[in-house]
Amino acid sequence: MQKFTPQRIWILIGYAAAAAALFSAPLFVSDFRLNLLAKFLAFAIVALGLDLIWGYTGILSLGHGIFFGLGAYAMAMYLKLEASGGKPPDFMGWSGLKELPLFWQPFQSFWFAVAMGIVIPALLALILGYVTFRNRIRGVYFTILTQALVIITTTLLIGQQAFTGGTNGLTGYSTVLGFSIGSPETKRVLYYITVVALIGIFVFCRYVIGSRFGKVLRAIRDGENRVRFIGYNPAIYQMVVFTISAAIAGIAGMLFVLHVGIISPSMLGIVPSIEMVLWVAIGGRGTLIGAALGAILMNWAKSEFSTAYPQGWLFFMGLLFVVVVVFMPKGVAGLVSQIKFRKKRREPKHEGVRNPAV
Amino acid sequence: MELFLLQLFNGLSISSILLLVALGLAITFGLMKVINMAHGELIMIGAYSTYLTQNLFHDYLPKSMFDWYFVLAVPVSFAIAFVFGLILEMSLIRFLYGRPLDSLLATWGVGLVLQQLARSIFGAPNVAVTSPAWLNGGLKIMDGTLLPYKRLFIIALVIACLVAMYFYIYRSHEGRRMRAVMQNRDMAACLGVSTRRVDAMTFAIGSGIAGIAGCALTLLGPIGPSLGTYYIVDAFMVVVLGGVGKLVGTVLGAMGIGMFNTLFEYWTNASLGKVLVFVCIVAFLQWKPMGLVAMRSRSLD
Amino acid sequence: MKESAILLCDDVTVEFDGFKAVQGMNLKLEKGELRFLIGPNGAGKTTMLDVICGKVRPSMGRVTFHGKVDITKKKEHQIAELGIGRKFQAPSIFPSMTVIENLEIAMRQKRSVFATLFAKMAEEERSRIDGQLEMIGLQQKAQWRAGGLSHGEKQWLEIGMMLLQEPEILLLDEPVAGMTDKETDKTGELLHRIARKRSVVVVEHDMEFVRNFASKVTVMHEGRLLKEGSMDEVQRDDRVAEVYLGKRRDADVSRSTA
Repeated sequence: MQKFTPQRIWILIGYAAAAAALFSAPLFVSDFRLNLLAKFLAFAIVALGLDLIWGYTGILSLGHGIFFGLGAYAMAMYLKLEASGGKPPDFMGWSGLKELPLFWQPFQSFWFAVAMGIVIPALLALILGYVTFRNRIRGVYFTILTQALVIITTTLLIGQQAFTGGTNGLTGYSTVLGFSIGSPETKRVLYYITVVALIGIFVFCRYVIGSRFGKVLRAIRDGENRVRFIGYNPAIYQMVVFTISAAIAGIAGMLFVLHVGIISPSMLGIVPSIEMVLWVAIGGRGTLIGAALGAILMNWAKSEFSTAYPQGWLFFMGLLFVVVVVFMPKGVAGLVSQIKFRKKRREPKHEGVRNPAV
Repeated sequence: MELFLLQLFNGLSISSILLLVALGLAITFGLMKVINMAHGELIMIGAYSTYLTQNLFHDYLPKSMFDWYFVLAVPVSFAIAFVFGLILEMSLIRFLYGRPLDSLLATWGVGLVLQQLARSIFGAPNVAVTSPAWLNGGLKIMDGTLLPYKRLFIIALVIACLVAMYFYIYRSHEGRRMRAVMQNRDMAACLGVSTRRVDAMTFAIGSGIAGIAGCALTLLGPIGPSLGTYYIVDAFMVVVLGGVGKLVGTVLGAMGIGMFNTLFEYWTNASLGKVLVFVCIVAFLQWKPMGLVAMRSRSLD
Repeated sequence: MKESAILLCDDVTVEFDGFKAVQGMNLKLEKGELRFLIGPNGAGKTTMLDVICGKVRPSMGRVTFHGKVDITKKKEHQIAELGIGRKFQAPSIFPSMTVIENLEIAMRQKRSVFATLFAKMAEEERSRIDGQLEMIGLQQKAQWRAGGLSHGEKQWLEIGMMLLQEPEILLLDEPVAGMTDKETDKTGELLHRIARKRSVVVVEHDMEFVRNFASKVTVMHEGRLLKEGSMDEVQRDDRVAEVYLGKRRDADVSRSTA
């Protein structure tokens, strides 16, 4: 169906070059840098999922830190058990827990942990989506509820120390499937897995937004009520896309834990959740490549500057939020296409998408 | 019986704090549909204003006067938060009307900047504010049941704020203009109401009330740059649960959350209690998606 | 209940905060009928359409489709799926999507998540969309963002979307409001063509426009049915003239319209 216009060919070449660069990166960068890059790529995966729901469907979730975190915790539970050889991990002993709790036991299996790292976030999103979208609780109300979800999940994780490791979270892993988790070889393999996951999810998201399903999502963003009168049930669509988005965040969380070696409640709280939104906002909501690049660039900048000027970084991030939202609501990707538009000078001026008719 | 009374009082006390924090939001969010995530930081500003007033009294006035600093701190907190709110509205919020989600993100950025400012001015560690002596101690209603004066004072403060707001909104010229703009902006503008002025005033008043809330919070413990973040989401939940656009809803929402919170925390523990409250709120929204007091109108969205 | 009635509104009452926008309204629509709903401002015409398409739930009364389905129990999307399409007064298209995308999702098709996720544009679907584009005269602008169309073009696009939905009943709310004379003529032509195949209910203010069609007119006033009949009959009716010219008997001045 799609024609190969010159522009399209250039875009494809661009993607191919990016993929090649990602695959060959281990040849050029140090192990330390590679590990950082792997972490950023995991964040880029979250950004893709977030863009699906915010950029394309117009629903702002400030709860993606939780979905990300639940994936991470699932994987961390497996790693913790592998490190302790199936016995109750150290922190349980400190809290006086002698037996391994029942819900911990199946996490001795790697594949069970992987499945749960996707299913649990997805299920949580499905439940929250079901009780909100069905009743047309949307817009800022939904956003506030997702934020409340973040608060209660983190309080729960901190409060139930014996089961979750409390504020310290879960850390101190040794091996994954028998391979030493700290060795450069394992790290390299994990990096490749992350690249494959990123590309796979990118292609998947491309397919979703290009499909008729994706068009309905955009229609929901433009005017949810109108969609209803055409005969679609927006609630179902919103639930499904929210669930997909949460599952993607869960995958990213699992990869994150493998690279970073720790997960704690502070990594999935209010601030990290809203930071994820910032990545997408800066890169450009409504373009997948923008969201992914935004995540990578922002985290790169953060790792460069935040260690040197931790105070300045927060200041900068706050200002960035204001600037991006007020002056470039479509992010860097929007800026790029605006420049292209100016060159071609076609089509009338952009009309407000944010104020849908109906 | 004693236990029951004490729990009831605790619930009332938590409700009053929630209400004080949420009142300002009820104005900015409920009436203006602006999601001000920097509301928590305006509370923080109010708290630090109280801290500064205390320091001034301590340094420049005789010791006998010190206890009265708090009387001045309430209006000072209001005024400073009011000014901050006014600046915020005129420089940023007014570009974001009709874009609630964007206003949420931008004001969150503002909140981050304000927190950082506070950290560089006052330092990251919490600072303590000495409560005036006349608020120490409590009212003894029976053996073993002491109602602290501080808590009673906060309850009284909330009632005072509510009454003042009621009179302002429903009984004053300014309030009438405000309601007119909120109900039908274009019509109000046609009738010669300066909507820009009304918007700015409304937002600033909401911010000022946040300042008062901050002032009250200094009675409960030390304050720090991230003081507001502990309250902001709870405050939004109050407004969501209460329904948008009516003060009664906010009052009921705060009472509901405060009471249930106390009850659940007594039954279980702090973290599970919070979860149960959230579950209850969501369950309640299943029944009434628009909140406790919903305004039904012809022109929904 | 006769076989031919496709839609039957029975004693419908709608209340908004104590204000009765529609009170005890009856309306019967035959298969293939073109019906105009007229009346002064605040007569409850739009509310009546809202009831039929499920946007507003009546506090009393029944609306039955094909004599068996009670519409007041259904949700908006289910009603649309049953075959009742609604065009709103303000053009409500999806501005950030292209014209052709607008038509594509409006087209009659399976509307489940699963179906749309794997839908491929079939040859037959493409020709249907092309045909519709031609009918509404937007072939040249198929790839435009719908937000960039003129007011009239948006209205036609919305009509086109509705037709692709292939509803049995079409509800149009002031389709020619804000149109130039030329656009109005073109819309009238479109409407003639549409009415051949389907039942249509049109809310209209423009009497000249209504007169072009030899069809039944229902006059509403203050939420009630005032008169039903041909345009000539309606125009000769004293009460209708009163309502439009504002000569009210004292007894009638019990309620003012909003």
